[in-house]
Amino acid sequence: MNLNELSILSLYSAMGVYAFSFIAFSIDLARRSSAVDAAQCQAPLVAESHRSTAAGAGGGTTTLTRISARIAYDAATPYSHSASLRVGVSLIVLAWALHLAATVLRGIAANRVPWANMYEFAMMGTLLIVAVFLIVLTRADLRFLGTFVTGLVLILLGVAVLRFYVEVAPLPPALQSVWLVIHVFVASLGTGFFALGFALSTVQLVQFRQESLLTDAMEVRLRFLATLPSAATLENLAYRVNIIGFILWTFTLMAGSIWAERAWGRYWGWDTKEVWTFIIWVVYAGYIHARATRGWRGSRSAWLAIVGFAAVLFNFGVVNVFFKGLHSYSGL
Amino acid sequence: MNDRVGPTVSRPYDHHDSRVAASGDRITEPPLDFIGWLRWFWRQLTSMRTALLLLLLLAMAAVPGSLVPQRTADPNGVTQYFADNPDLASALDKVQAFDVYSSVWFSAIYLLLFVSLIGCVIPRTRHHLRALRAKPPKTPARLGRLAGFTTRDAPAGTDAAAAIDSARSLLRFGGYRVALFESGSEVSISAERGFLRESGNLLFHLALIGILIVGGFGSGFGFSGQRVLVEGQTFVNTLLAYDSFKPGRFFDEERLDPYTLALDSFDVEYETLNLKAYGQPVDYTAGVTVAVQGKTARTDEVKVNAPLRVAGTDVFLLGNGYAPTITVRDPKGNIAFTDSVPFLPQDANLTSLGVVKVPDGLAQQLGLTGFFYPTQAKAQSGAYFSSFPDLEYPMLTLNVYAGGLGLDAGVPASVYALNTDKMTQLTGGDTGTKSLELKPGQTQELPNGLGTVTFENADSGATDGDFSGSVLRFASFDVNNDPAQGWVLLFSVLALLGLLTSLFVPRRRIWVKAIRRENGSVCLEYAGLARGDDPALEAAVFTLAKRHNAVLAPTPPSTQTTEPI
Ligand code: HEM
Repeated sequence: MNLNELSILSLYSAMGVYAFSFIAFSIDLARRSSAVDAAQCQAPLVAESHRSTAAGAGGGTTTLTRISARIAYDAATPYSHSASLRVGVSLIVLAWALHLAATVLRGIAANRVPWANMYEFAMMGTLLIVAVFLIVLTRADLRFLGTFVTGLVLILLGVAVLRFYVEVAPLPPALQSVWLVIHVFVASLGTGFFALGFALSTVQLVQFRQESLLTDAMEVRLRFLATLPSAATLENLAYRVNIIGFILWTFTLMAGSIWAERAWGRYWGWDTKEVWTFIIWVVYAGYIHARATRGWRGSRSAWLAIVGFAAVLFNFGVVNVFFKGLHSYSGL
Repeated sequence: MNDRVGPTVSRPYDHHDSRVAASGDRITEPPLDFIGWLRWFWRQLTSMRTALLLLLLLAMAAVPGSLVPQRTADPNGVTQYFADNPDLASALDKVQAFDVYSSVWFSAIYLLLFVSLIGCVIPRTRHHLRALRAKPPKTPARLGRLAGFTTRDAPAGTDAAAAIDSARSLLRFGGYRVALFESGSEVSISAERGFLRESGNLLFHLALIGILIVGGFGSGFGFSGQRVLVEGQTFVNTLLAYDSFKPGRFFDEERLDPYTLALDSFDVEYETLNLKAYGQPVDYTAGVTVAVQGKTARTDEVKVNAPLRVAGTDVFLLGNGYAPTITVRDPKGNIAFTDSVPFLPQDANLTSLGVVKVPDGLAQQLGLTGFFYPTQAKAQSGAYFSSFPDLEYPMLTLNVYAGGLGLDAGVPASVYALNTDKMTQLTGGDTGTKSLELKPGQTQELPNGLGTVTFENADSGATDGDFSGSVLRFASFDVNNDPAQGWVLLFSVLALLGLLTSLFVPRRRIWVKAIRRENGSVCLEYAGLARGDDPALEAAVFTLAKRHNAVLAPTPPSTQTTEPI
């Protein structure tokens, strides 16, 4: 068995473990719902207390301290530990280690950085998505996003393995540059942050809807939401994560221009890939502005973060494969 | 909150952090007189909402250019598009869909955005410069509703003024600008930090304006030219020597420094060990000799991703292929044509297509079109193809046309295309005569006794069966000059630095108030206010309170001795 085959084996194992992690995180979400039911029996006035929490968070007087401190949950129903949550986290760490091994082995097998075609981008990009998630977990308790992260990574890896797989090949002259190492790596890291920001913004929207339903004393279906932070807290977290992504993306754009200048003799030429990188950058600039514009905070700005991440996925999955341009490196 | 404390940052009126104007509704309706209307319009244009709208419009307007080929990035794609969908193409062309990024509508959006940006940034800069010199604002009367509000009883015997004094040193040490206020029984310190945040934000937006100006106008002074060189050929950097040349709007021919560039060799390395990537190029190296006027010639290299910087221009290696050397003689053996002709690669294994035009020296004008296969192989259908990009078994096939080349019509003709309208095909196709097939060093008769054609072997001393040097290669170079790009880089770096400071430097105010009670004891109050996103504010207030108390009550507490006289 050569190194590349070992890398593939390691990747398949990682996917298997991610799948179990996904199951564990899903069980945890189910547990959260029953915990909420139990809490509601004891305290019929949850809706009332929830409303006040949400209002408090909006005013900036919550105990939202440094992100490096664990975010204080302003959830309506406090909920911290379940065995399945711990199992989910342990499994995702294990899967990540296998995933890392797969990526490193691929790099050694190819004798270069393992991010030079779609299969490798997907493998490395998802590795960074999980890495960002795990790092943020040490600073804020976002374990409730476990299903989202493992689910997203499983889908992307599945597509990569089935549709994007290519054999190990040497770098064509056009990709032989330090800028490949820098530009693609930073873009993938940025994607990791955007992915997490997307998840937070999505939960924020759902949570916001839930809070409005609660204030109207309406029936709520996704009961586990009561164990998650309030929409306002989620919004602040999403913003923190997204601006880090935005800075990395700005750097990606600049590094890409420098590379384009060295390889093609012009730093900007509106090549399709350049266009989409620009579009993503502008959408996230819009998101940051929306957060500072009266009437656009909250749900509206969250939608922009979601559109931004959709554009990131489109740029990776559709532009690379189907659009014609100078960046023809999908290896397909 | 802001109403009480008063903002020190000038922001567009609809910034979420700015004061809601008491007359908030009046300004949303345009007044009737002209000046008033202009002012209203300007206010709308420089509002956050307009900026946001324009940003989103810009993102949307950029999309079509990625769906439809663009003339600047992909001119052949545009030609193809016109050929495939003539009606749709001409309709799209009317709305400038093939020139999206220089179209009227795209330009309108980004110009409006930048007018908005300038209109927003200038007052903010002015305001910011003034704020840099201003004192922190007066302490609010009640701190109770502000962030991180904390109260502590000062250790017995603490003097209010001294307590505030030590708070002041703590805050100063933490990088805050401070001001002291006193009213009745209260002494307080008002502290502010994080002006860098606003500075960074302004730097970022100003740098964006810089990038647009320098990038948009600066590049107009440069040029970009293309030139194909066959091994052994030399090029002089003058306007005429270029195959194609795009000057910037303000380009001045005087700026061309007539250096010479000779392509001595072009080496390609192909993957042969990894069977899964067999034949994939792994390295291109153009060995060149450069001679700048007044200096001795030097040898150098141009590689993909490693341009040659010479005399203010950058020389890039963009393409390469084979240039078979072809000689055409008349029936008496006089040379009518001899040259190395670049053949354009058609696939990864360098099946290449080329054209030879022989206007003089023969009984008729002659045109040859042909394929060159570096390693010729035969498909089951009988068609030839190339199975490897290097010269293993090279073969040239030629079709012969005789008649008028149409060169004197005054219409510039591409050297890579043969217009056969006024020509008769003599070999290949339906003529019944086989196409000419030549290996390096071979000569064949032209039909109708027109003469002969020879495929010269460039490596005359090679042993039999070794074709590795039999055909010359060509390299196509881009020669560019963009005097503005260093400036664009500078502004981009400034933008990034501005972004980093503006997003990560917290901007906040902190107040510490000492209230003397009737009984002589002192109550301390701490509170903060975020100016922008500041998740660490409350922690900062708590830490300050803790530190301050530690200073006031040194361990072990000995109230008697520390009492100031
Ligand atoms: C060329 C288009 C623009 C881009 C790409 C852009 C981008 C950005 C970015 C990335 C930020 C966040 C980083 C920072 O705080 O420095 C920001 C903030 C800001 N921008 Fe812009 N901007 C643009 C135009 C404008 C315009 C026209 C205005 C005026 C209406 C404006 C006003 C602001 C303000 C007030 C902030 C601070 C937001 C806050 O308080 O959090 N920007 N902009």
